Amino acid sequence: MHGIRPRQKITQADWAGYMAQRLEKARNPAIQNFFGTLLPDPETPISQVPMVALDMETTGLDERRHAIVSVGIVPFTLDRIKLAERRYWVVNPSRPLAEASIAYHHITHSEIAQAPDLEAILDELLMQLAGRLVVVHFRNIERPFLDAAVNARRGEGVLFPMIDTMSLEARLHRQTLWARFRRWLGRPPVSIRLNASRERYGLPVYQGHHALVDALATAELLQAQIATHYRPETPLKDLWC
Amino acid sequence: MDVELLEIRQHMGRFPPFDGLSDDLLDTIAEQVEVSYFKNGSAILVLNETLNDLCYIRSGAVEVYRSKGELHNRLGEGDIFGHFSLLRNHKVRFPAEAIEDTLIYFIPDVVFQRLCEEDDHFADFVELERPRLETIAEQQKKSNDMMVTRIRKLLTRNPVMVETSTSVQLAAQQMSEAQASALLVIKEGIGDNPRFSFQDSEGRTWQMCGILTDSDFRTRVVAEGLPPQTPVGEVISSRLITVQSDVSVNEAMLTMLRNNVHHLPVLYRQRPVGVVHLSDIIRYETHSGLYLVSNIFNQSSVQGLARLASDVRASFVRMVQEGANSQMVGSALSTVGRSFTRRLLEMAEAELGPPPVPYCFMVNGSMARNEQSIVTDQDNALILSDEFNPEQHDAYFLAMANIVSDGLDACGYTYCKGDVMATNTQWRQPLSVWKRYFQDWMANPTPERLLHSSIFFDLDSCYGEDHYVEALQDQIALTAPKSPLFLAAMARNALNRTPPLGFFRTFVMEQDGKHNNSINLKRRGTAPMVDLVRIHALACGSKAQNSFQRLNDISHTQLLATGMSEKLSYAFEFLCMSRIRHQMIDLQEDRLPDNNIEPENVEDSERHTLKDAFQVLSNAQKFLKFRYPMPAQRQGR
Repeated sequence: MHGIRPRQKITQADWAGYMAQRLEKARNPAIQNFFGTLLPDPETPISQVPMVALDMETTGLDERRHAIVSVGIVPFTLDRIKLAERRYWVVNPSRPLAEASIAYHHITHSEIAQAPDLEAILDELLMQLAGRLVVVHFRNIERPFLDAAVNARRGEGVLFPMIDTMSLEARLHRQTLWARFRRWLGRPPVSIRLNASRERYGLPVYQGHHALVDALATAELLQAQIATHYRPETPLKDLWC
Repeated sequence: MDVELLEIRQHMGRFPPFDGLSDDLLDTIAEQVEVSYFKNGSAILVLNETLNDLCYIRSGAVEVYRSKGELHNRLGEGDIFGHFSLLRNHKVRFPAEAIEDTLIYFIPDVVFQRLCEEDDHFADFVELERPRLETIAEQQKKSNDMMVTRIRKLLTRNPVMVETSTSVQLAAQQMSEAQASALLVIKEGIGDNPRFSFQDSEGRTWQMCGILTDSDFRTRVVAEGLPPQTPVGEVISSRLITVQSDVSVNEAMLTMLRNNVHHLPVLYRQRPVGVVHLSDIIRYETHSGLYLVSNIFNQSSVQGLARLASDVRASFVRMVQEGANSQMVGSALSTVGRSFTRRLLEMAEAELGPPPVPYCFMVNGSMARNEQSIVTDQDNALILSDEFNPEQHDAYFLAMANIVSDGLDACGYTYCKGDVMATNTQWRQPLSVWKRYFQDWMANPTPERLLHSSIFFDLDSCYGEDHYVEALQDQIALTAPKSPLFLAAMARNALNRTPPLGFFRTFVMEQDGKHNNSINLKRRGTAPMVDLVRIHALACGSKAQNSFQRLNDISHTQLLATGMSEKLSYAFEFLCMSRIRHQMIDLQEDRLPDNNIEPENVEDSERHTLKDAFQVLSNAQKFLKFRYPMPAQRQGR
């Protein structure tokens, strides 16, 4: 995963405080609404938390030079993934900072040409995310890209807690004594990419990189992780970051 | 439909009852499913809780219990459960638990009700708890009914696609590699004809520009003297005839005829999902039979006959590939076996001189039933005229029996392990002795005595005095229905071999819960079924030998509940076909064919149906015990 800039570490120290503080300063109504919708308390059992799986396709890995091309979200709880409530948007990534040549992943030029700017869907996207705990696989894409994109359009960004299924896998496979032992032996680290992680839980392989399919895949992965390594009563604070 | 849900609809579309749904209904389901993951050992449905969804197993395995806690069923990928409760009071009647890590798609009740309303096939499946097996066997029966079968059933693989810029040489190589007779030519982006633009699984947009067939290479490339580097885009014609994946086979054929094309790209919406060739349709429609190895009768030596064994195997493979059913295969192979036997008898008579007394060469077991498979041994006997005098005549018939038996062995019909062969003195006897044998078996039966003689209750004449065997068949038909003790003893023996309880991706679940990696489909499926059918046939005085004909005779009596003999036919047909298909695969892959199948090599749909067939057999076996109990006076002794 080279090409990712080192990130400022955002921890879960006091999300409620941070959100409250942002609400005070917020001027844009959509953002006011977003920060005004209360998140579940950090002590809430995960089984009680309304969640939404989020995945984005971007033109690259650096939010300063690249942009969002598509967004997929699937609302879910520990019990059920509600596919009927899914949303998927293709958006036009053209923005002043974008480079001339952009490698559009799987979405064609023509499709993008017809797509609206992220601005057009932003209110709805924020409304869908508000009050739900966002679940992603690898937060260092979704978090900075969304923050930067909102900032560019509304003059203020959005940062919020997330559950990162990749970092939950990393805790299991990268940070344990066993993982260090493997490293010491010179073994390659266990893959914590989405499909490799899913395979460990007996989840089927889904084809292609599509923001909505990957969001669905991420939601299923979290259900599997909780069922395997945590409990329905596990408090939210043990999982988010 | 959204490309992102293709995954879900494609998976469901492979399994009954969803496989019969229109593409539109499949889309409706895929859009509405809810998903949940269940760890191995966790409860999916709890007794008496409210149920609002049909459950579909996307991956993993599930056990369903009766309310009292006993195991009701084990289900795997593509199976559904919960429909029983949805159709009644929405209270869970059969609790369910994951026995592997399992992903469930929940189909909301409203969608489920709509499916029941709009699709009769679906409604039948869930409402009547109509067994899959029956549905499948019926579909096979009406496989000629091209009006109802959707063309997507004939597609066996994805189309081979190349871009317009590909050279004709490279395209030809790809075609050869894929053993395809046509390829689709595409280019990226939206082209002039929006009807033929589609997105691939990765979301890229393509335009389908044309099709290139074997004959196009001849007429448009080679005949025109074009260089191998010519891009395929320059040689395709702009005319493109396609059909949707849910049109009927008949409609697809008419499209071909109307447009005078032999290849048709099949589209799901706008995405190409395969190419059908006219021959696919013809193969589907006609069950061209085996062309008998008439060569057999032209051979003058055992060596010559033995050389034909490979031809028999090749004909067998071709026949199965051409879609023959088990009765066609069984009777063709039996005919071949009888021809070998007859030719050997002719050779024996030529060598030994004319027979001193008349005789009938009798065949038993699968050959008598016309149900022979490619893996078979020989079961035969000699019925001699009552003028037979052992001292004077037996040397002749022993020599004859040896010639036939050795000859058959050389041709691939191995010696009978149970020594049921005319070479055995006991089975080389005059008609009067044979009559006594049968009289004795039926009047004084014990399960032990009948264990080795039940094979004689499948009997047919192969050569000589046919009426000797007919006399025995008459005797059996007359006596057996009046011999409850005999039927009970036969029934007892028929329960010695039982089907497995469950059939999974990687193992077979035995009645005692043990797992096995392979299963002998003859011993555990077809043979117990044959035994079972034979008993009912004996009980109703049927003289038929073939199991299907016997079942037909049985269906005209009150021996079995209405519809039961039909159900047994379906199950038997399916078990036979599974065995035949696996033997064909063995032959194609240069392995010695046997009766074993390994669950890992069984396709999903086949596994589901096999499980149902075993279930039918198991239930029928249970019934047998009650239908033919040991009469009381015997238990008193």
